[in-house]
Amino acid sequence: MAKPDGGLIQETNLQYYAGAQIIYTSAPTTVYVFTFNTALSLGSSTSWNPFDADYTLNNFKIFTSPNAQTWTELTPASTDIDALSSGVNNAGQPVLVITALTPTPTSGSLFIVLNKTTGLVYGTIVTAVNNGGVDNLTLNQNLPAGGVANGTELSIRRINYVALFGALVSFIVTIPIYKNFNTTLSTFQFQEFHHWITPFNINYHLGVDGFSVPLILLTSFMTIMVILISYQSQKFKSASYYSAFLIMSGLMIGVFCALDSILYYIFWEAMLIPMFLIIGIWGGPNRIYATIKFFLYTVLGSLLMLIAFLYLYFKSGTFSIIDYYYLPISLEAQILIFLAFFMAFAVKIPMWPLHTWLPDAHVQAPTGGSVILAAIMLKLGGYSFIRFAMPISPDATLLLKPLMISLSLIAIVYIALVALIQKDMKKLIAYSSISHMGFVTLGLFLISPLAVEGAYIQMISHGFISAAMFICVGILYDQTHTREIKKYGGVINKMPLFTAFAVFFAMANAGLPGTSGFVGEFMVILGSMKENFWIAFIAATTLILGASYSLWLIKRVFYGDVGNAAVAKLSDINSREFLILGVLASLIILVGVYPKIISDITNSSVLQFIELVSFSKAGIL
Amino acid sequence: MSNLISQLNLLAPEIFVALMAMLILLLDLFVQDKNKHFIYGLSQLTLLVAGLLTASLGFSEPQFAFKDMFIFDSLAMFLKMTSYITLSVVFIYSRNYLLDKKLLNGEYFSLSLFALLGVMLMISSKNLLLMYMGLELLSLSLYALIALNRDDKKSNEAAIKYFVLGALASGLLLYGMSMLYGFSGSLDLYTIGNVIQTQEINSELLVFGLVFIVVGIAFKLGAVPFQMWVPDVYEGSITPVTMMISTVPKFAAVAMLIRFLFQGLDYLVVDWQQMLLIMAILSMAVGNITAIAQKKIKRMLAYSTISHIGFILLGFYVGTIGGVQASIFYLTTYIIMTLAVFGLIILLSNSQKSIEFIDDLKGLSQTNPWEAFLMMIVMFSLAGIPPTIGFYAKFSVLQVVINEEAVWPALVAIIMALIGMYYYLRIIRIMYFEKSDKKVKKKTFLPMLSVLTINAGGLLVLGIFPKTLMSISALAVGGSL
Repeated sequence: MAKPDGGLIQETNLQYYAGAQIIYTSAPTTVYVFTFNTALSLGSSTSWNPFDADYTLNNFKIFTSPNAQTWTELTPASTDIDALSSGVNNAGQPVLVITALTPTPTSGSLFIVLNKTTGLVYGTIVTAVNNGGVDNLTLNQNLPAGGVANGTELSIRRINYVALFGALVSFIVTIPIYKNFNTTLSTFQFQEFHHWITPFNINYHLGVDGFSVPLILLTSFMTIMVILISYQSQKFKSASYYSAFLIMSGLMIGVFCALDSILYYIFWEAMLIPMFLIIGIWGGPNRIYATIKFFLYTVLGSLLMLIAFLYLYFKSGTFSIIDYYYLPISLEAQILIFLAFFMAFAVKIPMWPLHTWLPDAHVQAPTGGSVILAAIMLKLGGYSFIRFAMPISPDATLLLKPLMISLSLIAIVYIALVALIQKDMKKLIAYSSISHMGFVTLGLFLISPLAVEGAYIQMISHGFISAAMFICVGILYDQTHTREIKKYGGVINKMPLFTAFAVFFAMANAGLPGTSGFVGEFMVILGSMKENFWIAFIAATTLILGASYSLWLIKRVFYGDVGNAAVAKLSDINSREFLILGVLASLIILVGVYPKIISDITNSSVLQFIELVSFSKAGIL
Repeated sequence: MSNLISQLNLLAPEIFVALMAMLILLLDLFVQDKNKHFIYGLSQLTLLVAGLLTASLGFSEPQFAFKDMFIFDSLAMFLKMTSYITLSVVFIYSRNYLLDKKLLNGEYFSLSLFALLGVMLMISSKNLLLMYMGLELLSLSLYALIALNRDDKKSNEAAIKYFVLGALASGLLLYGMSMLYGFSGSLDLYTIGNVIQTQEINSELLVFGLVFIVVGIAFKLGAVPFQMWVPDVYEGSITPVTMMISTVPKFAAVAMLIRFLFQGLDYLVVDWQQMLLIMAILSMAVGNITAIAQKKIKRMLAYSTISHIGFILLGFYVGTIGGVQASIFYLTTYIIMTLAVFGLIILLSNSQKSIEFIDDLKGLSQTNPWEAFLMMIVMFSLAGIPPTIGFYAKFSVLQVVINEEAVWPALVAIIMALIGMYYYLRIIRIMYFEKSDKKVKKKTFLPMLSVLTINAGGLLVLGIFPKTLMSISALAVGGSL
């Protein structure tokens, strides 16, 4: 791609202002772009005032391109622009307004503004101008949040159907986001922006990029699974139970598409309330300890994150995440901000040593609660690292990279060994979850396209696999009311169909090639091999350890002769459970054989992410 | 003559409230027991008319009366209107309870109105003497209100404690005031401020006087280390009186703080900032940590109040207008939450068994699911969890603190808030996670339940649309400082 100005743009002249985004194309030339905030105006930060008093059109050259290949210059002399003016938008920020443009820019077309005297370049890209899909995101959040009418007089069957209907509708609403998502763009699509709390410049700002879309789909899909699996096991106040999940699913989708820090924070914290109630009301014998531990642990991290947001607001005057990406921050401040974010997200993922709440929470939670916790909530931590901690403080990321990689490796190896000695099935799977999420953080902090892609695919795949395993445990628990491994043995004799699924899921958990569990882990190991042989070596021991605890679990629980009277009374899975497990198994195979369906969506966002994290901000001040 | 009329016009709400309070006291002698609702209606009418009278005054410019003793500005307007609404809600919630206990008579309403009069005078005073008069009027009325249930030993004990400590604190405040008068030769706050700023005064003695003033303010607020009366008074009074003490006098105390420290003694900001910071941190710490150990619900709420006062003081500590705005916003949300929580306690108590221990709420989600849900919203709001308004209150205060690059107080504040969450969660746990002893659904008074629904539900609604309340608080402060 040729440089549009014939060589005037030089790397050293380039200035970043909040609101700029970088696209790396595959060509060596880079294009610096902003995003439009509202239709046809350039969003900018309060610190941007490139147009001083003597601004005239003569000082600037403006180029546009629909595809970053062919460039046309726009001049006032031509019929292209009516006027270029600088003004102030509703929030008091300076904007550049280009009016009456022909041809009308379409989504994805680029503008470059070159200041001839200073050589500074500002670019922008048109995103989602009055796109019909804009409202989709709000619809997604609010639809599940409508929940189920708390009519305890309704019969259980009716409540089940209403809940299922609600979950299905919210899943169907998320599908257009996937279908209409433009995978070539790395900017935020389907943006929706309303002024909300103007005294603090907090706005209701939503948008998705390649990282959010698969996770949103995963969330709405898992909600359906959770409601289906709870059909028979939850008789006590089932209407409240389903509505808690539906509300939580809405809030989680909100976390994935929030583009304003405080809006994100509100969804993040509010999500704790339904989870707290789910574990506390419908959980196991020691549920109170588990749920309060979960709540307070998570809130501590979140409060530190709030302080980080307030500090960033104090520095920049805005809460918009996009603005934070380009905010210059000194190295000391970056380290503190990163640590604050780390506290919040490392509890969520969870990373060793902040993981102790997870086994308790999983063991005490009801089946549906465990599924959502493992499949979605853990991913919130990984997503947040990608969205917040790493791009906002890139220098601190690079500085603390060895520490994070070490913690990830400890999680992978040590936690897997802990999983090996567990006596409770759910606790074993919980520790296995922590171990798999260690791969996610390892891949993220290797900061190469292969590793980050692998980490992301591992997130999605782990969502399916751990959900499936918890569902299997739940099915067994519903019949025997025990999760202890030694109380089982020889289940295959009574439940052959179920065993087939369970063995398959255990293999996927161990990372069998052909299943999605392998893809993510393999990519991360490859990525770590590029970095350092020993990291790859240690990470690769998971292939042994993972297989050992998964297969040993299967052997003890399923194979052999019928262990005791309780096992002798087991009956095989019914069609509803078969449906759930079948769908999950197919998805695991699909992603395992054709991971491209996920990597296609995330590709541009991954490249953009790496660019953001590689760009050093500490020097700009 | 017209000057006098216009000045009296400014004082019309106070005059009206005073007259009505005395009238109610008289009428009470002639009204029979079964017609006591008339007294209740008259009191509500008083508040309504006082509100209308206050609303008819303009607040764009501060107006003065009686040789600048009395000031009416936007802050006064806001605080007075909220105190009318608060007292009105207190009356609504307490009516049935008092009827059960045969305490629904003129004394309660009259004393409450006199206390309100004291609060109104304190809010609007620019003069040391008027401030003290309002303070004494408020305090004396409260002493009597605490002892309203005069056959109860605990009420008498609480009243005596509050009386003794209150007298001590008032004496210290008066001593500080006399020192200020001695330095400046005037009782007017603005004049004192001017004199301190322009003339050379021995600053050590001045700070000495300042300390006594801060002590008086801190006592009224219930901030550490002057908080000892709070748990005993909250527990000893009957719940309607507790509700009143925890809400209405706070307006006066905050007004006293703003008028003294921000309008009068703002030159000494560096000195009182440190005092406020220490009191804020200690209040948050003591309040939150001690509340964990409480078994009685009113004592727990008393310590929780102390921790909220700590947050409010943190906003004042910052010393800027933004800090005052944040604290006033926090105060307003605190009032709404406090009204809701005490209202729920009153609703769930009846003449046989009042809710005294936290365990009395066990399993409430099964017997009274709607009330339990409302209580849950209130608890989450007190803890500061989004999307309730309580979160925005803490958020505003933290934001102004960090804006002054004072990150350490903010960190301490959130750690204390985290510790505090434990006992709010405990209430939710008792209600939702435990099984109830009783199988029968408790019937509650429906009109009061509807008002409570609006009150507690408002916490959630305001949490989704907090802008209006924030803007109103900001305007109120911005107009006067």
